[in-house]
Amino acid sequence: MYVAVKGGERAIENAHRLLADKRRGPRDVPELTPAQIDEQLSLAVDRVMSEGSLYDRALAALAIKQARGDLIEAIFLVRAYRTTLPRFGYSHPLDTGAMQVRRRISATYKDLPGGQVLGPTFDYTHRLIDFSLMEQDAVPAPATAPHAAQTAMPRVADIIGSGDMIEASPPDEGAPVSDLTRDPLAFPAPRDLCLQNLARGDEGFLLALGYSTQRGYGRNHPFVGEIRLGEVQVEVEVEGLPFAAPLGAVTLTECQMVNQFVGSKTEAPKFTRGYGLSFGQCERRAMSMALVDRALRAGEFEEERKGPAQDEEFVLSHSDNVQATGFVEHLKLPHYVDFQAELALLREMRGENHASHPEAAE
Amino acid sequence: MSAYNFAYLDEQTKRMIRRAILKAIAVPGYQVPFASREMPMPYGWGTGGVQVTASILGPDDVLKVIDQGADDTTNAVSIRAFFAKTAGVKTTTATTEATVIQTRHRFPETNLGAHQVLVYQVPIPEPLRFLEPRETETRTLHALAEYGLMHVKLYEDIARHGHIATTYAYPVSVNGRYVMDPSPIPKYDNPRLDDCEALQLFGAGREKRIYAIPPHTKVVSLDFEDHPFEPTKFEHPCALCGSTMSYLDEVVTDDAGGRMFVCSDTDYCETRQREGHIGHLNAAAPQTCPEAAE
Amino acid sequence: MTAALAAGFARPVFDSQAAFRAAMDALSRPGAVTALITDLTPPSPLTPAAAAIALALLDFEVSFHLAPSLAGGDVGAFLRFHTGAREVDAPQEADFVLLDLAADALDLTSFKLGEAAYPDRSATVLALVETVSRSDGPALVGPGIKGRATLGVSPLPADFAAQWQLNAARYPLGVDLLFAAPAHVLGLPRSARIVEEAR
Repeated sequence: MYVAVKGGERAIENAHRLLADKRRGPRDVPELTPAQIDEQLSLAVDRVMSEGSLYDRALAALAIKQARGDLIEAIFLVRAYRTTLPRFGYSHPLDTGAMQVRRRISATYKDLPGGQVLGPTFDYTHRLIDFSLMEQDAVPAPATAPHAAQTAMPRVADIIGSGDMIEASPPDEGAPVSDLTRDPLAFPAPRDLCLQNLARGDEGFLLALGYSTQRGYGRNHPFVGEIRLGEVQVEVEVEGLPFAAPLGAVTLTECQMVNQFVGSKTEAPKFTRGYGLSFGQCERRAMSMALVDRALRAGEFEEERKGPAQDEEFVLSHSDNVQATGFVEHLKLPHYVDFQAELALLREMRGENHASHPEAAE
Repeated sequence: MSAYNFAYLDEQTKRMIRRAILKAIAVPGYQVPFASREMPMPYGWGTGGVQVTASILGPDDVLKVIDQGADDTTNAVSIRAFFAKTAGVKTTTATTEATVIQTRHRFPETNLGAHQVLVYQVPIPEPLRFLEPRETETRTLHALAEYGLMHVKLYEDIARHGHIATTYAYPVSVNGRYVMDPSPIPKYDNPRLDDCEALQLFGAGREKRIYAIPPHTKVVSLDFEDHPFEPTKFEHPCALCGSTMSYLDEVVTDDAGGRMFVCSDTDYCETRQREGHIGHLNAAAPQTCPEAAE
Repeated sequence: MTAALAAGFARPVFDSQAAFRAAMDALSRPGAVTALITDLTPPSPLTPAAAAIALALLDFEVSFHLAPSLAGGDVGAFLRFHTGAREVDAPQEADFVLLDLAADALDLTSFKLGEAAYPDRSATVLALVETVSRSDGPALVGPGIKGRATLGVSPLPADFAAQWQLNAARYPLGVDLLFAAPAHVLGLPRSARIVEEAR
C-alpha cells in the first residue's frame, strides 16, 4: 500500500552531511586552506571576486573551498553574502592611469612610453603538461625589472586621444551611477548600467559573445589598444577630512579596445572604443567585455543590430550566471502538478483521436 | 543567525519591496518592477516568493509553505526551515491555521479566508513572454492593453489540436484590464483565483517583478465563446481519501503500468483521512500511519 | 534642532512591519477600517497612524512632499531625520504626499500619476483626517470590495467624488490614497470607484 513520501527534512539534512564529507574527501589527504587557494589558485579567486562583485580575496577563496571548486557556486555564495553588507559610501572613480602596472601590452604600437611589459602571462607558454608539478617543486625567484623606479605609463587610449583620433571618454558630469543591484533593469539601458552588467557577467557567456562579433555577428574591427594589469588606489571622501582617504589598493585588469571608426561629412572620422574592466587578473573577461561593450553601442553609432552581441535585451538579460544557473537548475524541482495537467490533456486528445480514427491509433 | 535581520532581509530592502507590494495591490495584475536581491537560495527556487513573504511576515504570523500542493516536498521543507530559522515564526501544515501561505504551483484545496495571504512563487511573470521575448515590446502591449497576440496563440491551439493546449500557467484577465500569468498552477486552480477572500501576492525574484490580486477581484481565464475555458477533470477519486473534488498526482506503483491517483494537497488529503474518508487503496486505517502527523 | 525631535519607532523592525501590514490591509480592502496603534508621538498635526506609515515606507530612495499646513516645521524635520527621504517642494515630483484634509486643499491632478508603461511610478497620498468609519460616505466598488463599501472619511472635500472620478478615469494611471485618522487607516487605491454621492 502506498504511503506518501515523508521525511524530506531528514533527507535534506543527510544530503548536506554527505556533501560536507565529499567536499573534504579522504581524510588522509591534507585539507586545503583558503590561503592556499588564494595564493595558488589565484585566477579562480579573481574570477569569483569579479563575478561575485565583491573584492575580498579571503572570502572568495573560502567560497571556492566551500563550493568544492565549482566557481559559479562560489560566485553565488559571494553574491548572497554581499547583498547583506551595509553600504558606507561610494569611492572616487578609480584612476587606472595611475595604476602601479605589472603587465601592460599594446597591439597598436610597437613601442610606447612605459614600454611593453609582459608580466605574469600564459601567453607564449607552450601548453605542455608540466609533470614536474606532480611533486613539490622549488620555483626559482622571478627576475626583477632592470629599473627600480617605474616610469609613468600613459594609457594608450589617451595617447591616441591626444591627436583627436579616437572618441573621447564621456565627461564626468557627476551624475549618479546606475546600480542594477539596487534598481530593476529597465530598457533601453544606459552605458554605465550595461558595463556594470557585463562586469558581473559570466565569463563564458561574454567570451562566446565577444567571439561571435569577430566571426561577423556584429563585427566591430577591434584592436587591443591596451591591456594593463596592476594595483590602483581606492579613495573615499570622509566627512570632515580635507583630502580623500585611501582605503587600500585593488588589483585590476583593464582593456581598452580600439574599434571601427565613425565619421560623417561634417565630422572627421575617429576610432570608437570598447571598454573592459575586471577585478584581479582576468584578461579574457576584460577583453570579451570590451568587445561586447562596443557591440552594444551599435545604436549610438547608427549601426544595424544584427548579431546577438548587439542585442541589449538579449545580452543583459542572460549574462548573469547566478540567475541562469538557478533557473536552468530549477527544472530539478518537482513539476508533477504541471506534468499531470499536460498528461490529462494529452490523454484526452489521444482519446478523441482514437475515437475518430480507431484504425490509425495503436 | 543573529548576524541577520528578522526574516533575513534588511529593513531597507523590505521597505522597497513593501512599496512595490502596495502599488501592485493598487493596480491588480500589473507587474511592478522591484530591485530583487540575491537570496541565499538559487534564483528559480522561490526567491521572489521568499522576498515577498519576508517583507510581509510579522512575529505573530503562522507560516505554511507548499510545493506542488504538498508540505513535505523538499523545496517546501527547505523554505519553511529558512523562515523558522531566520524569523522564528510558527509554522504549520494546516491550511486553516496559516496566516501566510507561500506556494509553488498550487492553490490549496481548502478555501482561504480574509485573514490569510497567499504568496505565489513565479518563474516567468510575463504572460506574453513566450509570444514576444522582448520586455520593451511586452511592456508596450500591456500599456495599450493589446492582448490580441494571446488570443491568436490560444486560437491556433484550437485549430491545431482541437483544444487550447495550455494546461498550466493559463493566462487570466484581472479586473478587466491586465492579462496576468497566474504562475504555473494547473488550470484546474484558475477558478479559485476569482473573487477569492484572501489577498494573493506574486513574487518573481529572478525576473524582478511583484504583482497582486486583491480579495474579491474579478479574475477570468481567457477563452472563446465556442471554446469556453474548461478546468482539468479527473476520472478517478483520490486513492487515499476518496475525494472527487481535488487535484490529483499520478503515482507510478510498479513497472507494469500500475498507477494510482492521490491528492496533490497533502494537508487536505490527510485532514479528510483523519475525518474518516478512506480511499479505495487506503487499506491502512489513518492511525496506523505513524508519520502522517507532524 | 534634533534635540527637540520626537522619537521614532521603539522597535523599528516590528513597528514598521505592523504599520506596513495595516497599509497593505487598508489598500487591499478599500473602505475597510484598519486599526493602527503605535507609541509614536509625532509633531502636530501629524497623527500617530500617519507617522507610523510614513516611517514604515519612506527612506533615502524616495521623496515626499508636504502640503502647506505641514510644511516648513517640525513634521518635515521629523520625517527627514527618521527616514532620510528627500523632501521636495513640487508636489508633482513626490513619491509620497502628506496633507491634512482639515487644512489643505486637495488637487489629485497635481501629483505623479505614473506612466502608461509604468503605472506604479505614481504618488501615494497620505491624507490626515479626523475620523474614518464604515458609514456615512460615498459607496465604493472595485477590487478588494465584496459588493459595496463605504468611503467613511471625515473631513472630505466637497468635490472629492468628482476628483476621484477623474482619477479613476485615468486607470491604470492615478494616485492611491491612504486616509489616516489618529489610530485607524482607510485605503482608497486607484482601482476603487465611487458609484454614488454621499447623501
